[in-house]
Amino acid sequence: MNGVTFSREEGHLIAKLGARTISLLQELGSMVWMGRETISEIAERIAKHRAPFRLEQFFYQSNRVGVGSVPMVILLSVFVGLTMALLTGYQLQRFGLVTLVPAVVSVSFTREMGPLFTGIVLASRIGAAYTAELGAMTAGGEVDAIEGMGIGALRYLVTPRILAIFCLTPCLTVIAVISGILGAAFISSFLLQLSYSYFYDQVMTNLLVKDLTAGIVKSLLFGAIIGTIACYKGLTVRGGAVGVGTATTSSVVTAITSVIACDSFCNIFIVTFFP
Amino acid sequence: MSATTEKLVEMRGVKLQFADKAILDGVDFTVLAQEVLVIMGLSGGGKSTLLSILMGLLKPNAGAVFFKDKDLTQLSRPELNEVRTHIGMVYQNAALISSMNVRENIGLPLRELSSKNDGEIESIIDQKLELVGLKDAGDKLPSELSGGMQKRVGLARALALEPELVLFDEPSAGLDPINSKLIDDLIIQLREKQKVTSIVVTHEMDSAFAVATRMAFLQDGKIILEGTPGEFRHSENPTVSKFLSSYSEHEQSKE
Repeated sequence: MNGVTFSREEGHLIAKLGARTISLLQELGSMVWMGRETISEIAERIAKHRAPFRLEQFFYQSNRVGVGSVPMVILLSVFVGLTMALLTGYQLQRFGLVTLVPAVVSVSFTREMGPLFTGIVLASRIGAAYTAELGAMTAGGEVDAIEGMGIGALRYLVTPRILAIFCLTPCLTVIAVISGILGAAFISSFLLQLSYSYFYDQVMTNLLVKDLTAGIVKSLLFGAIIGTIACYKGLTVRGGAVGVGTATTSSVVTAITSVIACDSFCNIFIVTFFP
Repeated sequence: MSATTEKLVEMRGVKLQFADKAILDGVDFTVLAQEVLVIMGLSGGGKSTLLSILMGLLKPNAGAVFFKDKDLTQLSRPELNEVRTHIGMVYQNAALISSMNVRENIGLPLRELSSKNDGEIESIIDQKLELVGLKDAGDKLPSELSGGMQKRVGLARALALEPELVLFDEPSAGLDPINSKLIDDLIIQLREKQKVTSIVVTHEMDSAFAVATRMAFLQDGKIILEGTPGEFRHSENPTVSKFLSSYSEHEQSKE
């Protein structure tokens, strides 16, 4: 029989790839399990007529995720909006289409850049903080202590964190979109001779509710992804301080990669079903 | 004061295996209400793992773990959480929530699990702080406390919900003799005044003999000897007598 044969190196590569895929699927399964357990802990708590989490914890986390991230989101978005308008404008100028800049920038910022950059900022700023914090608590036995008291570690620790990032990501996305468009309007008026009023009119004419909805839905998904990955990585830390460091790096890398992958899938879905 | 005949905890044929290594290989013991059972054994012998099983943090591969008449291995999560409110645990490293001060740490189970109002919770926190002799440390963070103080706060937290059973994981490890005696006195006081049952895992022989009403020795995943402190002192079991004599020799060499 003439079957396909592999060299030893190829065999190693395939084995590694297989092992990596299995571990990835296992991690994905564990994250889904964590989500399911958190929801069932919340349901059990509600069934006892008790609040599923402390409101002050939610507000504390929301303040951290939201208010704390505003300066960075604004700064990054202004610069990205500014650069985008400038480069698009210079390219379009060659074809005499510089007047399209407001439409191009506002639509792409609302649908794509705003949610994506907010996701990246939150993955690196808040995702890392969540993982490091929960990781240190896991390594120090604090999570076991909470579980051992019968409080329910997932409900108590994970719920306010994921809920805060889930609710605040769309708000930050709106801020990012406005900042990006303002940055683009500023550079367009300064270097591309497009007045603020013309820019404003073009944005209002070309930006559709569909674009806004796409951006907001994406940002909700990104918030849930970042929160889940960050909490999961924190709660599964092994090996003390080094483990916390490794988990934090892994959390940021995984969250950013997942956000970009999710963004691509969302774009394919939107373009296919809502052209 | 002697223990009652009411069984509070019972382990039957508990087995636990991590990968290929058997940690517990058929552990059987019973703890009566108001007893202080001290579990001894070599390092890495599975003593702390036993406590984790008793808290329901680890599920054994085989066997049953009864708290009163409930088998912890068969309970659903809400039922297990309910049982956990009757069991307090003092961890080896205290495991206090590092972002909370002492009062918040002690108040955590009360705020999350009881229906007491703020005034009642504050009053219980004051009582527990007084019990462990840390009345003035309420506003301190765990990082501002010594190891002994952290353990006492851990004990205060474990007692917040008035548990029937308290588990102590190496309560005297790393403490100076004064702090160590303080913890021992608290364990004795709990049994005599508050009728609390305790299971203590320790290596410290002085502490073990000071607090125990009964002792058990864990080796190779099994309880190889169970008896009163007197029976332990005169045991002819080679491992136990070697364990005890090594400790005595060590103490004499220090003198």
